[in-house]
Amino acid sequence: MTDQSNQDIRCFHCGLPVPEGLELSVEINHQAQPMCCKGCEAVARAIVAGGMESYYQYRTEKSTTAKELVPDVLRQTEVYDRAEVQRSFVRRSDENIREASLILEGIDCAACVWLNEQHIKGLPGVLEAQVNYSTHRARVVWDERKIKLSDILKAIAEIGYIAHPYDPSQHHQILEKQRKDYLKRLGLAGALGMQVMMFAIAMYNGDWWGMEQKYRTFIEWVSLLLTLPVFLYSGWPFYRAAWRDIKHRRAGMDVPISLGIIIAFSGSLFAMAGAGGHVYFDSVVMFIFFLLTARYLELVARKKASEHTEALIQSQATTAVRELSGNETEIVAAQELEAGDIVQVRPGETIPSDGEVVEGRSSIDESLLSGESRPCLKQAGAKVIGGSINIESPLRIRVTEIGQETVLSTILRLVERAQSEKPAIARLADRVAGRFVAAILLLATVVAIYWYLKDPTQWLAITISVLVVTCPCALSLATPAAITAATGTLIRQGLLCSRGYALETLAKVNHFVFDKTGTLTDGQLEIIQVLQLSDDLDEASCLLQAASLEALSEHPVARAFIKSCKTGLRAVDNLSSTPGSGLAGRINGRQVFLGSMQYIQQETGLEMKDDQSKRLKPGSRVLLSDQNDLLAVFVLQDAIRDQAAPLIDDLRQAGIQSLLFSGDDETAVSLVAEKLGIDDYRSAMLPADKLQQLKELQQQGATVAMLGDGINDAPVLAGADVSIAMGEGARYAAAAADMVLFRQDLNIIFRGVTTARKMMRVIRQNLSWALAYNIIALPLAAAGFIQPWMAALGMSASSLIVVANAMRLTK
Amino acid sequence: MEIIFFLIPIALLLVAGIVAGLFWAVKSGQFDDLEGPAYQILMDEEIYPEKKDEKKKQEKNKASQK
Repeated sequence: MTDQSNQDIRCFHCGLPVPEGLELSVEINHQAQPMCCKGCEAVARAIVAGGMESYYQYRTEKSTTAKELVPDVLRQTEVYDRAEVQRSFVRRSDENIREASLILEGIDCAACVWLNEQHIKGLPGVLEAQVNYSTHRARVVWDERKIKLSDILKAIAEIGYIAHPYDPSQHHQILEKQRKDYLKRLGLAGALGMQVMMFAIAMYNGDWWGMEQKYRTFIEWVSLLLTLPVFLYSGWPFYRAAWRDIKHRRAGMDVPISLGIIIAFSGSLFAMAGAGGHVYFDSVVMFIFFLLTARYLELVARKKASEHTEALIQSQATTAVRELSGNETEIVAAQELEAGDIVQVRPGETIPSDGEVVEGRSSIDESLLSGESRPCLKQAGAKVIGGSINIESPLRIRVTEIGQETVLSTILRLVERAQSEKPAIARLADRVAGRFVAAILLLATVVAIYWYLKDPTQWLAITISVLVVTCPCALSLATPAAITAATGTLIRQGLLCSRGYALETLAKVNHFVFDKTGTLTDGQLEIIQVLQLSDDLDEASCLLQAASLEALSEHPVARAFIKSCKTGLRAVDNLSSTPGSGLAGRINGRQVFLGSMQYIQQETGLEMKDDQSKRLKPGSRVLLSDQNDLLAVFVLQDAIRDQAAPLIDDLRQAGIQSLLFSGDDETAVSLVAEKLGIDDYRSAMLPADKLQQLKELQQQGATVAMLGDGINDAPVLAGADVSIAMGEGARYAAAAADMVLFRQDLNIIFRGVTTARKMMRVIRQNLSWALAYNIIALPLAAAGFIQPWMAALGMSASSLIVVANAMRLTK
Repeated sequence: MEIIFFLIPIALLLVAGIVAGLFWAVKSGQFDDLEGPAYQILMDEEIYPEKKDEKKKQEKNKASQK
């Protein structure tokens, strides 16, 4: 669709192709660089003017396209200066010194962080600014007398990023506290553990070459001293989890882990107290250290996932304009609204709550909630949904539902329910481990009794050997190590797994269900055909007239016209619009109409002939006419993403069947399906239908992955075996999905599938290695052939092999 | 080999110091962002010389007051 010659020229700022005939450039590092739009140009100029050109040198990702995002954001920021709104997220340390946390959108690489930090710090009145690269959050301290929060937000928008203040949720704070807590426990185990192992080597040497008793005793005491903090402090999370398992009469992995640690530790104490035998402090610390590492990495992945969902939810509009008695209005937080309140919603704003239109007539974009890509018309008496966007003209709305009762909350509840119905593959591993553990405990008891009767001096050493050797260390590391490595690799590429079992299931998937709008297509309308109907005007002038009429509208259809019109727009007199159907106006003294078939017929009585409409491609149709003749028909279509076709091909080769479920009508869906080579497509589906069809597929034994965006997909996403949400449009969908795709690059999906399959191979190798090791070592230990130190060595070696194998996934 | 009765306790003190340092580092947020700082050294710090000068002046003033 894009001109071949034009594909070479790409915007230096955001990397998008530069539209034909457009000549914008900015001098960066002494070289004129092409820009794709005014927005990018402004951003690049701001960066250069601020002396921050080296951003372009060090960035590793192209920046977010600037167009359309700046003005929208600027409209809302003043709201954040109000004391009532600031209450929830601004801290005051002094009368005039304020501090706030901001979520930054659009950060892709470290250079972005630097750019933002430098830019904010350079503002007069800003005292401190720190951007955290891992969490995409900024902390800003400013002097209220010199600068306002809205100015800071605007300054950030100037360089092309979106910032919004946030109120750190309880959940996030708990996770962060937990992470720091784990880091301390892990650090302690590592630092002291190294010492203990060093002394252990001395003692193993002593076993071999001989060692004076006084030195041995001394080193034993030192090891005890060093092990004690690790045993008590670092091991604590395992004991706590084990105790919880026991209380609930489950046997999870933590029970044998704790038992192994405690027995090895107390056994060593007995040995020191005179029972004889060896001490195993080194096994204790090493064991704790390795397992804690795995737990820590798991926690970090979970925290990352929660941060992303939080950012998505927080970015929803949180303020509303409420009418007071008389003509006054006040700005309140959306949560403060009550049923019966009248709120005003200006064009471009998000509707704060479910309600009913009292006055006004406008198109509403409900794509986030219903998946319908075209805006629908609402007038007095019509119901509107909180979270949808008002496009054309101001509305007064009476709030009918709040909080728990809104449609949005209902969908979220639906999601939660679907999630709880999900087959818990993750629990299976724990169940198997539970049986394994029970068997080991039983066996250890038998061994202990047998040896106690046979040779009382040896029973403790042998029992410990059995427990240490069979200790499910390698076994319990086998899966998490591989999952952590694979998850980490994918996060770096832009695919986030927010649930542990997501990859496991993705590896088994044999059906892939796609949503259309915003997933396989990019959700932006595009003119694909112009059919000239009269000799009066050629294509270009038809386009020009249409674009001139649409110039002031923010409707997606209007954007498509303005984008494809390359010449300067004409002035329009007497512009009148009928929201949702069409526009009329006078250009160069000629009255023209632009709109749907019905609108044109109503206004002019003209109709399109059958043979004309046969020549049209499928898609949405917009007609242009004057009072006597039809001038042209435009066919609009959602553009298909470049990577969509290769993805479908790759999946087919990997033995995965692709399906297309869409809420759009038959013609639009069949066109996309045909272009991409998808044989199985279903159109005009409601979310409930999609879920139904998905369930049917699953009943036939298919393992289904679902890729979608928009809140309407959320229940379907939750019902799929594994679900992937597009990170861009998918605020609530992302909360429901198992995985979130953060880059608009469908290739990553296939990489996800291959990585998942590779991961399963590694897990199988790891498990079979760990089991084989246990099966060989167990009888030897039970028979008393293995000294506890050999057991500890073997255990460590088997764990290391498992971890090393998993690390192959990071490449 | 009696020397180890002296050397090992010293080693223990060192370890205690390391652990204390680590706990301090965690508490003071040294581990909050593990990716960003690696890139920061690559970038020029002083792009706002005026502001930096102000700071220097302030520091000088403070020093002279003392």
